[in-house]
Amino acid sequence: MNKRILWVVAIFGALVLLLAAGLGLNPREVPSPLIGKPAPNFELPLLQEPDKTFSAKQELGKVWLLNVWASWCVACREEHETLVQYSKLGGAPLYGLNYKDQRVEGMRWLARYGNPYRASFFDADGKVGIDYGVYGVPETYVIDKRGVIRYKRIGPVTPELLDKKIVPLVRELERE
Amino acid sequence: MSRLFAFLFLALFAVLAAGKEAEPAADDPALEKRVMALAEELRCLVCQNQTLADSNAELALDLRRQIREQLRGGASERQVVDYLVQRYGDFVLYRPPLKATTVLLWFGPFLLLALGALILVRRVRRPRAEDPPLSQAEHARAAELLDPGER
Repeated sequence: MNKRILWVVAIFGALVLLLAAGLGLNPREVPSPLIGKPAPNFELPLLQEPDKTFSAKQELGKVWLLNVWASWCVACREEHETLVQYSKLGGAPLYGLNYKDQRVEGMRWLARYGNPYRASFFDADGKVGIDYGVYGVPETYVIDKRGVIRYKRIGPVTPELLDKKIVPLVRELERE
Repeated sequence: MSRLFAFLFLALFAVLAAGKEAEPAADDPALEKRVMALAEELRCLVCQNQTLADSNAELALDLRRQIREQLRGGASERQVVDYLVQRYGDFVLYRPPLKATTVLLWFGPFLLLALGALILVRRVRRPRAEDPPLSQAEHARAAELLDPGER
């Protein structure tokens, strides 16, 4: 009898642990298959200067950050201040991918909340977004000197994440 | 009079006809069928419990358009799936491939079934412990319950 109770408790305990671990996972964070792979190249017009284009190849040899944002994205506003702070540090350049936005709205957003980006690229139909596996804006990529994606953040960048993960990673990659 | 009614009746339908725009890209039903068949197999990343075919999230629309364009361009189903897996990972597949990391996913349920069957078989086969013999008082009570007519 005692043995049976022990069994029941053990199985129950194991289930609780399993479910607790499951609850702790975030199902929205799908591991990106792009980490460790070359960042897809693209050529897009700049948000603020439509007649100029940017190609991801231009940044080869540098560590850079790509942040996917849009004026319609609420969580982007949440992280925006953090990005503005980052841009003031003068570290690796931060570029913006203005994803499925209206040009006027995007520019108004930058004028109102500050522009942390060295440049923003205008991805009107979201094609480049698909190449980068974007599914929940905002997303942030760290790309190394060889043009390989080394880190991806899905969701807003927080000051803690910036201090503890992104900035140290960028420093490390710059030494590579 | 009836002519007026007919006119009003038809006018109503005219409003209905103008009410909703048709779904785009039904120009090639065969292609559309392939697109939807493939989209049924793929997970929408925004609303994760829906297929790309079911979902009307912006991204699902975009991805369906991508699938359509690629199939129209002559890509095979396999190539389109590879294209999406490259970008979004195995997660987009409703039927994930058999890999070291997915062995438990594929065979876990069968393992549990086998375990359950084993426990069941062992329990059924175990000889049941003999019931302890009844005491005098219990015998008397049983007799009383079984034969109430005597009273």
